[in-house]
Amino acid sequence: MSNAHERVEKNVGLMIVLTLIAVSFGGLAEIVPLFWQKATTEPLETLRPYTALEMEGRDIYIREGCHVCHTQMVRPLRAETERYGAYSVAGEDVWEHPFLWGSKRTGPDLARVGIRPITEQWHREHLRDPRQVVPESNMPAYPWLQENPLSWKHTERKLRLFKDTFGVPYSEEDLNQQLAKIEGEWADATEEDALVAYLLSLGQERKEITQ
Amino acid sequence: MSDFWSWFIIVIVVFNLLGCAGLLLWNKSISPEEAAKETTGHTFDGIVERNSPLPRWWLGLFIGTLIFACVYLALYPGLGKFEGVLGWTSTNQYESEVSLMERKTGPLFDQYAQVPIEELIQYPEALAVGGRLFSNNCAICHGSDARGAKGYPNLTDDDWLYGGEPAQIVTSITAGRNGMMPPMAAAIGGTDEAIRDMAIYVQSLSRPEVAKDADKAAAIERAKPKFMVCAACHGPDGSGNQMLGAPNLTDTVWLYGPRIEDIEQTIREGRSGNMPAHESLLSEERIHVIASYVYSLSRAAQP
Repeated sequence: MSNAHERVEKNVGLMIVLTLIAVSFGGLAEIVPLFWQKATTEPLETLRPYTALEMEGRDIYIREGCHVCHTQMVRPLRAETERYGAYSVAGEDVWEHPFLWGSKRTGPDLARVGIRPITEQWHREHLRDPRQVVPESNMPAYPWLQENPLSWKHTERKLRLFKDTFGVPYSEEDLNQQLAKIEGEWADATEEDALVAYLLSLGQERKEITQ
Repeated sequence: MSDFWSWFIIVIVVFNLLGCAGLLLWNKSISPEEAAKETTGHTFDGIVERNSPLPRWWLGLFIGTLIFACVYLALYPGLGKFEGVLGWTSTNQYESEVSLMERKTGPLFDQYAQVPIEELIQYPEALAVGGRLFSNNCAICHGSDARGAKGYPNLTDDDWLYGGEPAQIVTSITAGRNGMMPPMAAAIGGTDEAIRDMAIYVQSLSRPEVAKDADKAAAIERAKPKFMVCAACHGPDGSGNQMLGAPNLTDTVWLYGPRIEDIEQTIREGRSGNMPAHESLLSEERIHVIASYVYSLSRAAQP
């Protein structure tokens, strides 16, 4: 066999093309089929869209970098489900944009924190001064959240984006209901209110499985 | 997974493996012409580059990975819908892990469940298990040392809002508790002075020396008749009521702080202490063991 491989070795352009083809196999076999699998594209039956308050809380979660130290991904290992609750499945993240799985647990996983036996009051005290309730905690305090009024400036656009672009099934009626609440009961909400509402919503879709 | 995607994956995987094998065959040795040449023609500072076939050991490793891939694809899922000879799934693995632990610990928990809590505190192993369960489920509020925090009761002392008998502890864990002190400012007169007077009186219940100060003694006299409205829950002598979770005001244990400001805030705004129910989260046997651990904490403190 004559060594035609030498042509590949000596032609950088050809080498790049062939390398890209070789590298794409992994993605084609492992990622592309997932775009068409029901398990990854269909939401869990128990999943419900975020309320406006939770949606804003989620953005505060992102802004404050909570996802840097907290994951939202319970792996199917006994030690994890024992501690956190039911393991995560793809169907619960269908409406997550961006998803907040995280990659490092400096603090505990929060995927099921909303169904842990933790009161709203505890969350507030813990956000204001973590060491007040958990002396050995190394989490930073977020005392400003209770004072910052929540900005509703972009909320309607966010909700519409999720509805129209990401296909989250908000009806017009839902949106109007949410907007009315922004004018009404949530008008004076603080950032802490929003973040706590978001935290309490986490894991609700897997409540029955955990129980 | 539809047949289309199954075959899509199978074709890519098989093509990939064959491609790797082909590439290897193609390059496993160099051509006679190439071998006949002394060098590749590259020289740098008198150092010449020779051409030689792929090292055999490396070739062996490459063939080894190909064999490994074939064996792996036969045993485990990887070829589209083919589930592999072993029938492995991550769900199965998880479930067998859980049931293994269930088989290991189940009899232990059953055995502990037979022992009344009063006796179970003599079993160091049961208490160690209870301690672990406590860390995972209770420590977030009551603290890893169970000494609590402001608003979260200390479980190591012998002061109990809802009673410290084993059955009462089990009820607290299982069904939770909802403590509610309403704002009492209006009921005792509503003025700042009335609230301050009452706070001083409440403080004096556990610290009689407070009354030695003449001003405070006067405040106590003013507040005393109004304590009637508090007595409905806290009892006429302020010793509390475990049926309602009304704290004993005559001891030195303060859930929300002993300072006059803390007591005033309690009177002004009320307090609510909520212990969540755990019946849906923990099995009865586990609650039994946790309750023993909690029960042991306050026993240990006693001489």
